[in-house]
Amino acid sequence: MIDDGGQWLTVLIAVLGGAIRVGTPFLFVSLGECLTEKSGRINLGLEGTLIMGAMAGYGVAWISGSPWLGVLAAGAAGVVLGFVHALLCQQPRVNDIAVGIALMILGTGLAFFIGKPLIQPSAPHLPALSLGGWSDNPALRAALEINVLFIIGVILAPTLAWFFRSTRWGLAVRTVGESDDAARAMGLNVNGVRMLATMAGGFLAGVGGAFLSLYYPGGWSEGLSSGQGLMAVALVIFARWDPVRCLYASLLFGGAGALGPSLQAVGVTWGYYLFNAAPYVLTLALMIAASSTKVRSGMPGSLAAR
Amino acid sequence: MPLQLFPFLIPITALALALVLFGGFVALAGANVLEVYHSIYRGAFGSWFSWQNTLTSAAPLMLTALCTALPARLGLIVIGGEGAVVLGGLAAALTGLALIDAGPWVALTGMALAAMLTGGLLIGLVGWLRYSRNVNETISSLLFNYIGIAILSFLVIGPLRDPATLNKPSTHHIADTHMLGALGESSIHWGFGYGLIACVILWVLYKRTTFGFAVDMVGGNVRAAKLSGLPVGRTIVLGCMMGGAAAGLAGMVEVAAVHGRANTSLNAGYGYEGILIAFAARHHPLAIIPMAILFGGIRAASGLMQRDHDLPDATSLVLQGIIFILILASEAVFARLASRRGRAA
Repeated sequence: MIDDGGQWLTVLIAVLGGAIRVGTPFLFVSLGECLTEKSGRINLGLEGTLIMGAMAGYGVAWISGSPWLGVLAAGAAGVVLGFVHALLCQQPRVNDIAVGIALMILGTGLAFFIGKPLIQPSAPHLPALSLGGWSDNPALRAALEINVLFIIGVILAPTLAWFFRSTRWGLAVRTVGESDDAARAMGLNVNGVRMLATMAGGFLAGVGGAFLSLYYPGGWSEGLSSGQGLMAVALVIFARWDPVRCLYASLLFGGAGALGPSLQAVGVTWGYYLFNAAPYVLTLALMIAASSTKVRSGMPGSLAAR
Repeated sequence: MPLQLFPFLIPITALALALVLFGGFVALAGANVLEVYHSIYRGAFGSWFSWQNTLTSAAPLMLTALCTALPARLGLIVIGGEGAVVLGGLAAALTGLALIDAGPWVALTGMALAAMLTGGLLIGLVGWLRYSRNVNETISSLLFNYIGIAILSFLVIGPLRDPATLNKPSTHHIADTHMLGALGESSIHWGFGYGLIACVILWVLYKRTTFGFAVDMVGGNVRAAKLSGLPVGRTIVLGCMMGGAAAGLAGMVEVAAVHGRANTSLNAGYGYEGILIAFAARHHPLAIIPMAILFGGIRAASGLMQRDHDLPDATSLVLQGIIFILILASEAVFARLASRRGRAA
């Protein structure tokens, strides 16, 4: 029998490890969504992009033997879906939410269709760094097996914040997101900027998908994603359109997602599914709490205008 | 060509184009395109048997499409149909179990009312949050989908589980005499009738009543509606509640006509497909009927298509995706035509 303190420590470590493992795809998809939303569009289709990326990444990694080529292929698949989203949304009277859901269905369908032969073979996994070597605790060591993609994501978040804050291109994205008219007055190509932002967002979401199939949970199956792509939209709002806060929020959502399984591992099975709902309830509560002011700070103007 | 024909010609062209694209896709996968088309036709509309399957699948789709279409007329994009179906179905099953000794009419009415109330309250809450606190309705309704599914999973796996259901944890079965019957001699259950009636009633409500007029005012310009003294908040909440009630009823239909119990089969994507049907029907309650039948047909034909041509299960998902993308793109053609006509005048 383990004493109570040890049990809670186990849960804590498992949640920590889960926050990093489960949080990584959240991180990439939410950074992608953040970039797209900063330009003034919502892409609900990132769920489809994520699954498509998972499939393409797994397939290419299996054929080429290189997981990094797989990551690139996953990003490329995301770019293509982002291109389709942007192309449709820039037509008059076409709603970005509807296009997103259509692409979610199409992306998921295509991935399952093309990926059917990939369920059996096993592709090489992405490498991980063991940062827990100093500890004797095997659980802690397992939790500190950090994937390289996570480290890239951690660097990417502040880089993206810097990009928005201090570069000419970042200013262009923010201007287009605030007001079509102001952007046009500055001589910016509104549709062009949104197109690039959506495609780059798709790339990041595709990479998030590659993490799912090439690291954790690993392998290609139809149940690989549990709605992380859709969740990312909520997560970006939670993070108030700030890439660095997207990083914290991804870890929080990852940890919340790992809470149910971690409790189950130490024998607390009651309420497993309720704990799974924790991130959603949290987001909703925060949205309601933050919403009394008319326009939320940080929200791109053209998203607020509707 | 007379301009009045465009509302029909454009979607039909989009549909034809979608079939061609899909044909190219299955051809790449090595199937015989013409035979695949024939299988879809046979599976969806080729015989009375397949028509019955098609209309049965269309039933919940009509109701979930209303859940997006009605708020859309108010200018809100609600995507919470899935959550309303799940919680509506759960409420229906619980009411059915509570009324297990009552007569069939009492039980079925109770189940339908409970489901509509649950769905209505859920989406009504989404509308209220939007109106009073400015919470984005698209995101909040998306979150409610996940919360609804989690509540259902928790209850059917935990406290409400019938211990006899091993593979698929479910609630106890409602009384067999309380199952929703078929329409006449067919195998189409009454859910299809509910869907038809709901679409027609809501069309009349929106077309012929002051409430419908208020909805159009609010959807057109909230400030103008406020200035003319319309109860904007009440209109938004009521409009959302009606949509939610329709989706909740879809959950009741699935429980009372198909499964007999509440379980995670309620989470079958009807809510998400309904969103696209609403957009494809341009949020018009009557246009939802043929669109829902079309997509019901694809659902009904998917089994045959897979068996006859050895295609993966996801084939029908691909077809749906292609059709929706092209129908949405066709909206742009409409808009261009309208602006050209405006310029000419």
